[in-house]
Amino acid sequence: MSDTTLDGLAVQLRRDILEMLYRCQSGHPGGSLSVLEILMALYYKTMKTDPSNPQWEDRDRLVLSKGHGCPALYAILANKGFYPREDLWNLRQLGSHLQGHPDMAKTPGVDANTGSLGQGASIAVGMALAAKYKKASYRVFAVLGDGELQEGQIWEAAMSAAHYKLDNLTFILDHNGLQIDGSNDEVMGLGNVMDKFAAFGFECFDVDGHDIDAIAAALAAPVSGKPRFVRCRTIKGRAVSFMENNAGWHGKPMNAQEFESAMKELGGKQNG
Amino acid sequence: MAESKSLRVAYGEALAELGAVNDKVVVLDADLAHATMTSLFQAKHPERFFNFGLAEANMMGAAAGMSHSGLIPFVSTFALFGTGRAYEQIRNSIAYVNANVKFGLSHSGLSVGEDGGSHQSVEDIALMRVVPNMTIFVPCDSAETRKAVFAAAEIDGPVYIRVARPVVETFTGPDTPFFPGKANLLREGRDVCIVATGLMVKEALTAAGSLAGKGIRAAVLNVHTIKPFDSETVLAAANRCDAVVSVEEHSVIGGLGSAVAETLAGQSAATFRRLGIQDRFGQSGKPADLFKAYGLTPAHIEEACLKLLGKNI
Repeated sequence: MSDTTLDGLAVQLRRDILEMLYRCQSGHPGGSLSVLEILMALYYKTMKTDPSNPQWEDRDRLVLSKGHGCPALYAILANKGFYPREDLWNLRQLGSHLQGHPDMAKTPGVDANTGSLGQGASIAVGMALAAKYKKASYRVFAVLGDGELQEGQIWEAAMSAAHYKLDNLTFILDHNGLQIDGSNDEVMGLGNVMDKFAAFGFECFDVDGHDIDAIAAALAAPVSGKPRFVRCRTIKGRAVSFMENNAGWHGKPMNAQEFESAMKELGGKQNG
Repeated sequence: MAESKSLRVAYGEALAELGAVNDKVVVLDADLAHATMTSLFQAKHPERFFNFGLAEANMMGAAAGMSHSGLIPFVSTFALFGTGRAYEQIRNSIAYVNANVKFGLSHSGLSVGEDGGSHQSVEDIALMRVVPNMTIFVPCDSAETRKAVFAAAEIDGPVYIRVARPVVETFTGPDTPFFPGKANLLREGRDVCIVATGLMVKEALTAAGSLAGKGIRAAVLNVHTIKPFDSETVLAAANRCDAVVSVEEHSVIGGLGSAVAETLAGQSAATFRRLGIQDRFGQSGKPADLFKAYGLTPAHIEEACLKLLGKNI
């Protein structure tokens, strides 16, 4: 897909995300908007997937460890054809296959159950280790939130990824700097995350997290014998001015006026 | 004289044997391979053994990821550090999606002995029992441990095998039935039914033998599967008797005793008493001394039966 097409698609996907969240009056807008280009780089540039065969054994795997960002993933999976776009409007409703946090048993194309922060990184380590044991060629990507790095399990996972030389594994950080109670620095400072992952034995890349080409280039760079870490500098609430860089929009529903204003600002085609 | 063997050794041997016939089986340990005896698997199948160091939460998550990739991980550490420290990883990363992960967790119960209360898990069955999709095996000796390992590999979903540390007599045989979810009636009796699990099964049989000498006919049920719980067999046995005594090397809250109570409530007229650890922590001591101090010897079981039957002792 050409980059101008992807730019247009990003607008449409953001509209889908906001409409899903507005309709169910719950969920997490801020982190869904910050992670979108990361997931687009993965699904439109990097990962091998087959929407007609979600369980394809040689597919690349995505673990959305920051599971609350799933509206962005769900919108992309619908766009890729894993299920009809109309399903999006049932997000978080009783009986829907689109749960509040990702559920691989319910949603075609979802590779791991996540939502309890810190756990996805370990699941990704297990998948990458299994690929090494089975001599399979697939890659595994875990998308982490920045607040999530405060979980000790992330660093247990990082240690084991380097120990087992998992060069088929990539941790991608959605580094928007904000979490529920405020900025990372106010809540529990993360220090220098590039230095930390380098010290844990990762090959590290630092990119603009809203630049799909830059993210895809970091994911494509050759790395051998060690796991990869890509820090994506992002903006929480990206592209909706009243949400941008505002921790208050981590998990708040929009009212009718806010929804209308956000959709107007995004532009693009009317949803239907 | 029957053979004696530690359940953890039987666990390690069974894993090594299972690994030889099933190349999907992988084993994960957290720096305790020589205590859980997964070292026996490691020696035979080094390419399929993964040490995760002292990081149980990550080990559980990695096991989930490996199971999503078609492998059958057996995860081992001490029962306390598996079911306790990594409880939420078991709950969310594994059981929530019915991941095909097995936990062979050793050093369960008071019989850890000298290491003391910090290492004696007396609440692990309770923790695992409340988790949907979980199967729980509590083998009574080395032969049953082997069967539990092979049965676990056949079940599609998480299975907890509670493995004890001590060397004990192997009193069941290779042909003794082991059907997951089906309690074994080891001894018939019409007066009192002793419902036991794990190391307490042998103690219950000893108590029943002693009771027979006093004219009391005690049935003994071996509940090797705590979940799914065989309510049918337990209720039928209870309704043939006047009294029921449950006995386990675990808290009386949330384990076998609770499962029996839930089954009997409103459905049986039998009087009932739970033997086990009475809502307290363990402490250092030799296993036999601890069993005496915590009321888990054949004499204690016999006394409880006689009291419930209204016999003077």
